[in-house]
Amino acid sequence: MQCFRALRYFSVWSQVPMGPADPILGVAAQFKADPSSTKVNLSIGAYRDNDGKPVVLDSVKRAEQIIKEKKLDNEYLPVEGLQSFIDASIKLGYGDAYYAQNGKSIAGCQVLSGTGAVRLGFEFAKKFLPQGTKVYMPNPTWPNHHNIARMAGLEILEYRYFDPKTRGVDFSGLVEDLNKAQNGSVILFHACAHNPTGCDLTTAQWTQLLDLTKKKNFLPFFDMAYQGFTSGDVNKDAEAVRLFTAQGVPIVLGQSFAKNMGLYGQRTGCLSFVCANQQEREKVVSQLKLLARPLWSSPPLHGARVADIILNTPELNQLWLQEVKMMANRIQLMRVSLANNLKNLGSPHDWSHISKQIGMFAFTGVGPEHVKELIAKYHIYLLSSGRISIAGLNEGNVKYVAEAFHDVTKNTKL
Amino acid sequence: MQKLQLLQNQFNPTSDDIFFHIVQAPPDPIFGIANAYKADTSNTKIDLGVGAYRTDEEKPYVFEIIKKLEKEVVNDPTLNKEYLPIEGLADFNKGCQKLMFGQNSPLIASGQIVTAQCLGGTGALRVGFEFVKRHIPGDVYVSKPTWSNHNQVIERAGLNQSEYPYFDPKTKGFNCAGTIECLSQARMGSIVLLHVCAHNPTGVDPTEAEWLQIADVCKKRRLVPFFDCAYQGFASGCIEKDVFAVRKFAELGFQMIVAQSFSKNMGLYNERVGAVHIVTSNKDISARVLSNLKIVIRTICSNPPAIGARIAAKILTDEKNFNAWVEELKTVTGRIIKMRTLLKQELDNLKVPGNWDHITRQTGFFTFTGLTPEQCDLLTKQYHVYLLRSGRMSMAGITSKNVRYLAESIKAVVQNK
Repeated sequence: MQCFRALRYFSVWSQVPMGPADPILGVAAQFKADPSSTKVNLSIGAYRDNDGKPVVLDSVKRAEQIIKEKKLDNEYLPVEGLQSFIDASIKLGYGDAYYAQNGKSIAGCQVLSGTGAVRLGFEFAKKFLPQGTKVYMPNPTWPNHHNIARMAGLEILEYRYFDPKTRGVDFSGLVEDLNKAQNGSVILFHACAHNPTGCDLTTAQWTQLLDLTKKKNFLPFFDMAYQGFTSGDVNKDAEAVRLFTAQGVPIVLGQSFAKNMGLYGQRTGCLSFVCANQQEREKVVSQLKLLARPLWSSPPLHGARVADIILNTPELNQLWLQEVKMMANRIQLMRVSLANNLKNLGSPHDWSHISKQIGMFAFTGVGPEHVKELIAKYHIYLLSSGRISIAGLNEGNVKYVAEAFHDVTKNTKL
Repeated sequence: MQKLQLLQNQFNPTSDDIFFHIVQAPPDPIFGIANAYKADTSNTKIDLGVGAYRTDEEKPYVFEIIKKLEKEVVNDPTLNKEYLPIEGLADFNKGCQKLMFGQNSPLIASGQIVTAQCLGGTGALRVGFEFVKRHIPGDVYVSKPTWSNHNQVIERAGLNQSEYPYFDPKTKGFNCAGTIECLSQARMGSIVLLHVCAHNPTGVDPTEAEWLQIADVCKKRRLVPFFDCAYQGFASGCIEKDVFAVRKFAELGFQMIVAQSFSKNMGLYNERVGAVHIVTSNKDISARVLSNLKIVIRTICSNPPAIGARIAAKILTDEKNFNAWVEELKTVTGRIIKMRTLLKQELDNLKVPGNWDHITRQTGFFTFTGLTPEQCDLLTKQYHVYLLRSGRMSMAGITSKNVRYLAESIKAVVQNK
C-alpha cells in the first residue's frame, strides 16, 4: 500500500505548463468577477437586448413548444446529423434558386456550431488536399481560426485585410498578397460581418476576388457566422457566397446559428462542400463522417431540431427573419449612437468608422494601454485589440461608454 | 435558355477537380448496420446492432425522469441559451465527479480531479487523447477486441496503438494472464485503455482480484490508466459496484484519465452528454491541466451543448431525482438481464450445439456470441437478424416476442442448414 501512496507524489502531469487563457473568454470571466455596478461587457460576441439581457427568440421558443408536443425520442442522430436541418441550412446559405438546381451535389454535415464547421472542414482539407496546401487567413481574424488550423496540422499564412490608418479594408494589399499566394490554396473568407474588424468587402471587391480565385484555382472557405445578423437581410449577407457559386466555383461553407438564431449554447452549425455531382457528394459525405465519428460520434440534436422547425415552418421562418432584422437594426442604432456621442463630446478623433463598420464587432482603434485604463478605471471590458461587441451597448450605457472612451483618448493618438 | 445558362454555370469536373480523387469511405461498422436494418422490409427482422436500449416492444426508451426534467429545463424562464464555459456546466461537472469517484471522495475535496464536460463518450475520449498527445509521451494499449471507434479516435489524435489480449475465445472470458504478461512488457509510461465495466464488445469484465493484478502491473511499469466508462449501472445493476475499478485505482493513488458517458445510462444519446476527468497529484497541477484541456476543447467545439448537461445535472445534484433515476435504471438493466436468461433457456431447450453459458455470464449491453463472421452474415441475410460480424449482439434488442425466433435462427446457422 505504501508503494501505491508514493504514486501520488510522482506526478504524471508535472511537465504540463500553464496554458494561456483564451483571449476572448478570459476577458468575459474577468467581467463576471467584477463587483462594480457600472461595469459594461463589450467583450463577448453574444447579442444583448436594450436592457443588457440575453435574448431567447420567440421563434425559438415556439419551435421548442412544437418539439415538446411531438414527444420525440432521444436516439442517436446519424453521424452526419439531422438531414432535414442540413438541407434547410444549405438552402438558407446558398439561396433557393441555386439549391433547387444544385442541392443534390452539395455535401453537408451537421457540426458543433461555427467552431465545429471550421474544425471538420480543416481536418478534411488536411486529409484530402495535396500535401503542402496552404491556408490563407485575413489579418486579423478570429483567433480560434489559427488554433484550429494548427490542431488540424495545416500551414497558415496571412493576407492583409485591415488597414489601421483608414480603419477599413486594405484591398490593394489583400489583392497583392493573394496574387502571390500558391495556386490551389485554401482561402478563408468571412462571408459577412468580419470578426473582429467589422469591415466587409463591397460587391465590386468580391467580384475581383472571384476572378482571382478562378485564375489561381483557390478553394474558398467561407465562414458565415452572421447571416441575417449583419444587414438584417439573409440574402444580402450571403451575397459573396452566392456570387462565387453562381459562377460555378466550388466552395466550402461553414454556417453557425449561434448568433442569428440565438442558439449559442446549443452548438448548432452546418458544414458544406460544393461537389461536381451527386456521386461525388456521396463520397465527400462518407469521408466527412469518417472524420466526425472520432470527434463527436454524432452531433447534438436539440438546436438542430429547433433550427429545422424554424426554417421549414413558413410562419416561424417569417417571424425569425423579422427577429434577426430587429437585432441587426438595434446594433446599427448603437453604432450610430456611440459615434454621435463621441462627436458631441468634442472628441479630437474621427469615430465614423464605428458607424461605417458592420455586424457584431467594431475595431475601435483604441490600443492595449487604453483598454487597460477602460477596464481598471471604468469597468468597461473589451479586448486588448480594441475590439468591442456592439451588442453590449444599449441606451442605458452608451453615453457612459462614450464618455469613458473620450476620457482615455482625448489626449492621445489613436 | 435558362437551362443552358444554369448548365453553363455548373463547372466541368475533370481530374483537376479537387475532390475527384476521393473514394467512398466504408460505412461505419456499427451505424452502417443500423442503416441496413432500417432498409430491411422483413417483418421478422431483429436489430441487435447498435448499443441503444429498446423496450420489450422494440421501442426506444426515454427515461420518465428525463422527460420530467427536460420539461423543467425547457420551461425554466430563468434559463437562457448562452454559451456554457469552455469546460462546461459546473454543477454537471461536480455531479459527474461524485458519481464516478464517490460522494465523499477525498480527491474531490483536494482539487485533484480536473473535469470538463464533453460530447458524450466519444468526445471525452478524443479530448483525453488529444491532451495525452500534447503532454505525455507514450503509446496506447487497447484491449483486443475493443469498440471500433477507439482505434479511430486514438489514430486521429496522432498516437500509436497496440493491443493487449483481452478476450480468450476458448473460455469466452477475460484473459487475465495474457493481459498482465503483455502489459508487463509495455514501455514505461504507456497509456492503457481500460473498460470500467460491461466491456464492449465482449461483455466480459475482470473480477475485483483481477483488477488488483492490473493495478499492480500498471504501478510496476508506470502505465497511465485511461478508463472508458459508458455503462455505469448496466453491468451489475449497481452504480457503485460498476465503477469499482476507477475507485480502487484512485484509492491506490493512480493519476489517470476517465471518460464518462451518459448516452446509455440516462438515455441522452443524441444530446451528447459526457465528461472527461483527469486525476492529478495536487490542485496546482490541476489548474495547469485544466487550462490545457480548455485549449483542446476550444478547437473542437469551443464549448459544449447545454441542454443535455442541464438535464443530467438535475439528476446528479438532487437526491429525489437521483433516486428516481437509479430505480428506473435498475428496471432497464433488469430487462436486459432477463433477456440474457431467456435466450440461454431457449438455446438450451432447442439443444443448440455449443456451450452458451457466456450469454448469462457476460454483462452489460453486449454478448460476444462466438459466432463466426460467416455465421453472422448468414444470420443477417437469411434470417434478418442484424448483429456485428465480430459476433457482437446487443442484448437490448431482444424481446420476449423475438427471443425464440432468435434462438431458432442461431441454431440454424450453427448447424448450417
